[in-house]
Amino acid sequence: SPPPSPPLHSFHLLLHQELDTKHDKHERLVKLSRDITIESKRTIFLLHRVTSVPDVEEVLTEADLKLDGVRLNIRMIAEELRGEDLHQFHRAFTPGIQEYVEAVSFHHFIRHRTLISLEEINTKLVFVKEPEGQQPMGTPQVLTFQVTPTDYLLGVADLTGELMRMCISSVGNGDMDTPFQVSMFLRQIHDGFSYIGNTGPYEVSKKLHTLRQSLSKVEDACYTLKVRGSEIPKHMLADVFSSRTAMMDQDEGMA
Amino acid sequence: MSVTEMFSYIQAFLSADQEIRADVLLQDIRKVVQVLEQTAREILTLLQSVHQPSGFKEIPSKCTKAKELFCTVRTQLGELKNKFPVEQYYRFHEHWRFVLQRLAFLAAFEVYLESACLMTRDEVAQILGIEVVRKKGFHLDVEDYLAGVLIMASELSRLAVNSVTAGDFGRPLRISNELDSGFRLLNLKNDPLRKRYDGLKYDVEKIEVVYDLSIRGLTKEQEAGGNK
Repeated sequence: SPPPSPPLHSFHLLLHQELDTKHDKHERLVKLSRDITIESKRTIFLLHRVTSVPDVEEVLTEADLKLDGVRLNIRMIAEELRGEDLHQFHRAFTPGIQEYVEAVSFHHFIRHRTLISLEEINTKLVFVKEPEGQQPMGTPQVLTFQVTPTDYLLGVADLTGELMRMCISSVGNGDMDTPFQVSMFLRQIHDGFSYIGNTGPYEVSKKLHTLRQSLSKVEDACYTLKVRGSEIPKHMLADVFSSRTAMMDQDEGMA
Repeated sequence: MSVTEMFSYIQAFLSADQEIRADVLLQDIRKVVQVLEQTAREILTLLQSVHQPSGFKEIPSKCTKAKELFCTVRTQLGELKNKFPVEQYYRFHEHWRFVLQRLAFLAAFEVYLESACLMTRDEVAQILGIEVVRKKGFHLDVEDYLAGVLIMASELSRLAVNSVTAGDFGRPLRISNELDSGFRLLNLKNDPLRKRYDGLKYDVEKIEVVYDLSIRGLTKEQEAGGNK
């Protein structure tokens, strides 16, 4: 008669633990990513108020606090990923990270009128762990999360949509400078993406179409402002833009 | 840094080490995987012949031949390991996942044919010449091992049917039952592994029906012999 099978249950139990650990970690990362997405979106929403309030700095400071909260969640992601293969879990947290890049670059543009660099983003994601009681030399542990160039690009691509919205709403508030600043900035970003073209990851190429649409809207808005702005009473400027962008949206619908 | 400078920097990064070289790495990886798949097909052809009526007697010699082919597999997996940085296993995992599951199945099947035992993950990894723990190097992911085991369960249910047809009632094929209760201890998510596991219960049913029928068949033959 054949020899008895090895104790199946015991080794299945070990597999069960390993499988559970993997799934649990994935779930925790997905939750963190979701929280980051929600709070980043709220920050972006808050930042849009700068076009209609007198004290821009107050909005920026409040947004800063929100982003500090987001960074605490990113720190927790970094803790989870310690010693792990990043590629195994990237899909779990990439949505949140892209949203964070969008929020932080929006914040940066409003304050500095420039594009935040990948390095500047990652510098803020270096976390120092305070040495715990018993450690002999008390050396602080450093934990980092590094945003990849691809996630950075995807976040910046999404930023362009918010910039377009900002441009349109600033016109509605009689701000004649912001639209042109945004237009110039947006064009630079678009040119940057064109330069990368199809040599980047597939997900980046996909966003190029939406990016071009946003740029078109902004450039057309600036054109109208320039050519006809002086003719139109200020309180009616907003109407010109809303009808103009509505026309463009209609065209797109028919295309 | 201006916008233009930023994008130039990103572009340089994308074309340097990490990203574009992935295309080159992928070419090499695909070549080795193709060779591995060829070897896996040879082993499969060899072991599948046990389903034929004449196949049962030849099992020992087939297992010996299969073992030789596994030597080749070990060499080829050794080559695969060298085609990419060891810490990027999961970046390219999708490319060899299929063939690795196949090989896990074939290794477990070969051992089952020899000794009616179910191989553990460690034993499968040893036959393939790879690790079990990710940090130690190219490893056998727990889910890939489980997928291989489930493929084997299917194969065993087929073997149950064919061995009865070939007149061999002696094959102890209750192993699927043990597999089933072992798997019940695992928490499977709603993914391809789970779907394969759901198929297991049909395999188990099939084997039990065949086994019961074959027992009754044996009894009938003995009675008939006794009455003569």
